[in-house]
This record gives sequence, C-alpha cells and structure tokens, in this order.
Amino acid sequence: MHELSIAINIVEIAQDTAFSAKLHSISEIEIEVGDLSGVIIEALEFAMEEAVKNTILDGAERKITKIPAKAKCNNCSTEYDIEDVFTPCPKCSGFDNEILSGNELKIKTIIGNTN
Amino acid sequence: MCGTCGCGEDNSVTIRKPSENAHTHYHTHADGSVHSHSHNHDAHHHHHHDDNLASHKHEHSRSIEIKLEQDILHKNNLLAERNRGYFEAKDIFAINLVSSPGSGKTSLLEKTIKDKKSELDFFIIEGDQHTMNDAQRIHEAGAPAIQINTGQGCHLDAEMVNRAVKQLEVKEKSILVIENVGNLVCPAMFDLGETKRVVIISTPEGEDKPIKYPEMFRTSNLCLINKIDLLPYLDFDIQNLKNYALQVNPHIEFIEISVKTGEGMQDWYNWLNKNLKK
Repeated sequence: MHELSIAINIVEIAQDTAFSAKLHSISEIEIEVGDLSGVIIEALEFAMEEAVKNTILDGAERKITKIPAKAKCNNCSTEYDIEDVFTPCPKCSGFDNEILSGNELKIKTIIGNTN
Repeated sequence: MCGTCGCGEDNSVTIRKPSENAHTHYHTHADGSVHSHSHNHDAHHHHHHDDNLASHKHEHSRSIEIKLEQDILHKNNLLAERNRGYFEAKDIFAINLVSSPGSGKTSLLEKTIKDKKSELDFFIIEGDQHTMNDAQRIHEAGAPAIQINTGQGCHLDAEMVNRAVKQLEVKEKSILVIENVGNLVCPAMFDLGETKRVVIISTPEGEDKPIKYPEMFRTSNLCLINKIDLLPYLDFDIQNLKNYALQVNPHIEFIEISVKTGEGMQDWYNWLNKNLKK
C-alpha cells in the first residue's frame, strides 16, 4: 500500500516543478517504474487517481513506462534478464549479481503550459 | 500521512514519548471520498497547493517539456542521507529493525536493554500504526523511547525518523534502534538513514519468506532467526531458510537466537559490539 505515498510524492514533485518553471497547467507526466522497484503499476495508477484530485496533475495524461530488470553476474560478468533478484546467472548459476536496471522509480518528463 | 487516501498529511502521524498524554483527533470525512475509514482532516489540504499556482489562462500560453529525470523517492533519500550524516557525526550506531508482525522485534529489544543497559546506551524509536504499547514496554525495560504512530501508514520514512530523533535527544556513542512497522513489504523501499538494516524472521513463519519478500532480505545486512526454541515442534529447516536468503543476498549474515531462552543472544551482543567499535 506504499503506492499511495509514492503517488503523493509524484504530485509534490509536479507541484514544485510547476512552481519553479512557472507552469500554470500540466498536460502530461511521464513516469518510469522498474520491475524491481517494489511498485505495482496497477496499484500506483489506482493511487494516482485519488492523489491528483484538485492538484495541478488533475486532468494531466499519465504515461507510466515499465522498465525491465537486468543484472550483471559478479562471478563471470554475464549480463542477463531477470524476473526477480534471485534469478541465477544462466552461465555460472551464481546468485551474486549487480542490478543494472529495474530499480527505477522516477519522473522522466513533465509537459506543461507557461503563461 | 494517511497511507490509504493521502489525507491528513502531518496530523495523522503522531510522535510521542511514553510520558506524554495521548491526544486524539475526532474529525471525520465529509467530502464524499470513496474510502470508508474516518480520520482527522485538514479542511484545506486538498486545495491549498493550488493557491500559489493558480493563474489565468492566456491565449499565448506556451507548451514546454521539462526533462526531469527525478527519482520519486528523492526527497526521502535526501533526508535519509541527512539522518545518516548526523548519526555518523555523533557516533550513533543506528539500526533499522524490520520484520513481519509478531516475529519478536520488541521482545528482542526488551531483553537486549535489560541485559546490556549497564554497558551500552540504547535509544529506541517505535513505529506502529496505533497504540503506545511498544514504547511503554521499552520505557519499562529501561531505555528512552519514542513512539511514532503512522495512522494508516504502512512504513516509517526518513522524515518521521528525523523528527523523532530530535525529540528523543539521542546521545553520542549510543545505539539507536528504529523498530519499523511490522511489515515485510513496504519498509524495504524507504531508507531511514540507518547504519545497518536487521531483519528478524521467526521459525513459525516458514523458511521461504526470503524469496516471498526478497526486497527486505536483499536490503538487510543481518538476519536474526528467532524462536529457535520452537524448532522441535516445527517443520522448519534453518539451512533451507539460509539458502533462500543467500539467493537474494549473498552477503547477508545470520545469527540464530531465542529471545525466550536466551540462546544465541551472546552472538547478537557480540555483533552489536563489533559494529560499535567500527
């Protein structure tokens, strides 16, 4: 249920950005969510519905992009796709890996209108 | 903050010492929101953010794209680093203690405080959705404690810890234990600025918890396996648990304990001492 905290953080960042860039409205926000970020996209979308109400993000189009998870084996340096953090290396079967992508949880772009 | 609907930003999180009187909020929702729980409510808070941004639409308004690339947890992570810097400067060894509800976090702290309070200074931050019970237990065990009630929130965040640390007046060269909300999911995402993260798993919970909740085990430095006195009555293989935990985190350490019988507690104290000297 932490998706709601995440949604509120998104709204706060959008408000701060709008304030400093002197936007009077936001038409689109693009968010990246990695497969390993611990955030369920459906739950985030549901939480966003509530969180944006009566804020500058109310009515803005939300684009949420899923980022697939990749790891690099710390034993043999093989790079491979993972579904979870304990997917073993396909080459040496080791579990000690470094996550290359999939932890993303960020706002990529905001499109808005200035005066 | 209310973790269910986001209402009541600050006033639903309360931070109190056991000696302070409880205060209750009586307001309930009246704005027709879809969720059904009642809680305190700042009449303006759904709207006040708009005030300074509201402006009239001009015909010549221009659309611009801002490349933000900003981590959504950026604010929490910044505050966590501030906490971490404060702990380092004051030689405070800060532990973020996480587990499911009922695996023995508070009992472990009670016993640790009773056994070691003559040698070590302990300060405890207790996180729960409701009640002062845990802070009261710690207070009775003999350590300064402060309770954070998150209301509907499912985890502690760096800001709550920052506020609690200021109220608790944590001493230099002490051990600060932040007992997180009992939950193996959400607290994993929120850095509090701790020096080490310690996860407790108790034997009745089952040996496959590390792969069911990998983030928590991935981000922890030490895994305490509690209630080992119950092993004769359970189908629980400690080696299987360790193998699962090592799959998600090859660097995690283990200590087997029973808070009830005291078995293994010396290993835990040795671990604390070893980390204090660093």
